[in-house]
Amino acid sequence: MLIITCPWCGQRDQSEFTAHGEAHVARPEHPEQLTESQWGDYVFFRSNPKGVHHERWVHTHGCRRWFNVVRDTVTDHIFATYRPGERKPEIKG
Amino acid sequence: MKEIETTSPACARTGIAGENSLSELPWCGKINLRGNPQNTGFLRKSEKALVVKLPLHPNTCIDYLDRTTYWLGPDEWCIHCPIGEVGNAISQAGQALGRIHHSLVDVSDYYTVLRLEGPDAEALLAKACPLDLHPRKFCEGTCAQTRFGHASILLHRTGRVSGFNIQVRWSFAEYVWDYLASGMQVL
Ligand SMILES: [Zn+2]
Repeated sequence: MLIITCPWCGQRDQSEFTAHGEAHVARPEHPEQLTESQWGDYVFFRSNPKGVHHERWVHTHGCRRWFNVVRDTVTDHIFATYRPGERKPEIKG
Repeated sequence: MKEIETTSPACARTGIAGENSLSELPWCGKINLRGNPQNTGFLRKSEKALVVKLPLHPNTCIDYLDRTTYWLGPDEWCIHCPIGEVGNAISQAGQALGRIHHSLVDVSDYYTVLRLEGPDAEALLAKACPLDLHPRKFCEGTCAQTRFGHASILLHRTGRVSGFNIQVRWSFAEYVWDYLASGMQVL
């Protein structure tokens, strides 16, 4: 079981949280100008790295806020958590 | 006109007395308030109109006169007050806040509060709640939103004895009650 630091509530048990996939996936500004494959890439394809991964979590049973987590997908080690809008921390994997 | 029948969420359960006790504190008025606390107009006007102090730190609540305000999020609070005062409080605060971006919702019937007291209160909660409930971490006056089993709860340690108020959604009240009651049988 992981202990995750909610940027607001502090350290909490993993069971209070839900993970929601890769963070910093920007929605295209003009979707109508995209080809089907470009749109499909945005909707379905993720980087899926082995190692350092920036991802979105929500503190479901706590303050119900969304935030970002930097996690190693191999070891589950969490390097950092940060609020939406905050600078993406640079982590060397 | 026929009287409107009112039943509380855990009314089908009988209070448990003894060394460890469990009861329901029904009919507490609850207001959900949202707004930006960085906007001093919002903060000042909502505190004045609702006669409360809004806690700005996570996991805290503030008692002020007969109202208690719980921190729920960086822009969200839950205010407990006598149920008869909810309607007026909301309309007065709504008028005071005017065009300042905010939300005020009467959630009195969305939740109920269970009261758990006794020397084993922490152990009973720990059966299904992942928080560290030791008084050095979770002292009197602390509150936190967390879970008990599958139910989201707002937990508040209050009173001199080991006692907790557990705010839970109406439809989860019996679930939490039965979980705690069965825990008492296998302490
Ligand atoms: Zn939180």
